[in-house]
Amino acid sequence: MKILVAVKRVIDYNVQVRVKEDGTGVVTDNVKMSSNPPDDNAIEEAVKIKEAGKATEIIAITVGEEKSQETVRKALAVGADRGILIKTEGTVEPLAVAKALQKIVDKEKPDLVFMGKQAIDDDCNQTGQMLSALLNWPQATFVSKIEIKDKILEVTREIDEGLETIEVNLPAIVTCDLRLNEPRYASLPNIMKAKKKPIEIFTAADLGVDITPRVQQIKVEEPPKRKAGIKVASVAELVSKLKNEAKVI
Amino acid sequence: MTVLLIAEHNNKEVKPFTLNAITAASQMDGDVHVLLIGNNCGDVAKALSEMSAVKKVLHAEAAHYENYLAENFAPLAVKVSENYSHIVSSANTFGKNLMPRIAAHLDISQVSDITKVISPDTFIRPIYAGNAFATVKSTDTKKCITIRPTSFEPCETSGGSAPIEKIEATEEFTLSKFIKREEVKSDRPELGTARIVISGGRGMQNGENFKLIADIADKLNAAIGASRAAVDAGYISNEHQVGQTGKVVVPDLYIAVGISGAIQHLAGMKESKIIVAINKDGEAPIFSVADYGLEADLFEALPQFLEELNKLNSIQK
Repeated sequence: MKILVAVKRVIDYNVQVRVKEDGTGVVTDNVKMSSNPPDDNAIEEAVKIKEAGKATEIIAITVGEEKSQETVRKALAVGADRGILIKTEGTVEPLAVAKALQKIVDKEKPDLVFMGKQAIDDDCNQTGQMLSALLNWPQATFVSKIEIKDKILEVTREIDEGLETIEVNLPAIVTCDLRLNEPRYASLPNIMKAKKKPIEIFTAADLGVDITPRVQQIKVEEPPKRKAGIKVASVAELVSKLKNEAKVI
Repeated sequence: MTVLLIAEHNNKEVKPFTLNAITAASQMDGDVHVLLIGNNCGDVAKALSEMSAVKKVLHAEAAHYENYLAENFAPLAVKVSENYSHIVSSANTFGKNLMPRIAAHLDISQVSDITKVISPDTFIRPIYAGNAFATVKSTDTKKCITIRPTSFEPCETSGGSAPIEKIEATEEFTLSKFIKREEVKSDRPELGTARIVISGGRGMQNGENFKLIADIADKLNAAIGASRAAVDAGYISNEHQVGQTGKVVVPDLYIAVGISGAIQHLAGMKESKIIVAINKDGEAPIFSVADYGLEADLFEALPQFLEELNKLNSIQK
């Protein structure tokens, strides 16, 4: 079995995101970048499946600028066998990413495609579902547990009401929840080894995919600032304020 | 221009977020039609037809629509989409799962999780877990939109008498199969929709101490949240996590106990209407977003808090 894992390079989740003064976006210069957290779960799960002898090859893929290779390298250090970068400039919307991934799926013919359920930058939560639609494959979204039963995957999904179990025939798309597993850290020897693993590079034009954005970003603003609060001296004062001033209890 | 709203329901009742989604849809265009896909869901069709904002209900029934698999729902939505300018659903796990599958089939770049409708093609949506708000304009002829339920009021559930039009079902997608759903049975409200949330952080010191939080949650009919630090330390399970990588909550009252206020936590709760912070470190960043801050040892403050609540004649539910 072959597994394709899609990853994304995003601003690190511990960075305080700041909006640019001219309202054209958020500040990314000299800001720490990392892999999208649930994408780490996606890589981890693929590596676990390979370690269990159920997969033979893991390919890590990303769509983004040249530097996004770092994110692919990280996946290689954790256990992916080879990488693919689809090199782009500027904003690439989930639909365009899904179309680019579709081309690679057609070429590589994986049995499973894993990715995080949502990227923590644009918060779209679309790419996996869109790729499933384009391929007309089953989609297992927001997955917190996976069991492989020959050509069928039994997955547990995190839904608002609790948990849902579905079975999907392979090939299938799985989007991963943070609860799926505990991502490992890459060891130093593995980081060194990953430097020798191959990364193939394509452009959207090579793949024949139009990635022109369809959604114009008119402006980006800071969220409304909260007015300065007050310190209360006692629990009694706090409860009184909540009851009589804020009127929330 | 007519908006097609995809209803979420359980074949017996309309799910509450559908009401918020109908309000958002009616701000895109006054003409809102609801697509109801289900199995033996006649009661739901009737309830939808009685909502004043709904002008027509399209009702499809089939056994394979029983469990709302996106693979079965999307082809029908695509089939009926032709005469509509917008396709809308709520941005909860139902709509998040379904809408991108519809959008990709129609070659539309979806706009997710909007918090405001500026005009029929321009919307505001949070990015970076609410650390920034983007105003975006969709240039696709048809729009696929999911809406953040807590940003729109629920619509009226009466005053309407929309016609119910039966439509033909699409074929079953046989490669995916529903097995079971385990709904979390809790007497407490759901974290994502609770009016009050009380959360504990690393300051709770261990899992047993969350009992102090649970007692207050019971009294206030609140949901229990936690910081990532508390979850990582194993004090509480991760479905309680509030923050950028957990749940984003917007309650009327958010009480942060023993939470320092890391960026990733603030991203998940700072849009709450009223924020209370209880922390013994007066310099903790959580105080910078709190409307009411109490600098105190939580192990003294929480029992006193419960005592003060017990003294009140009434507590809002």
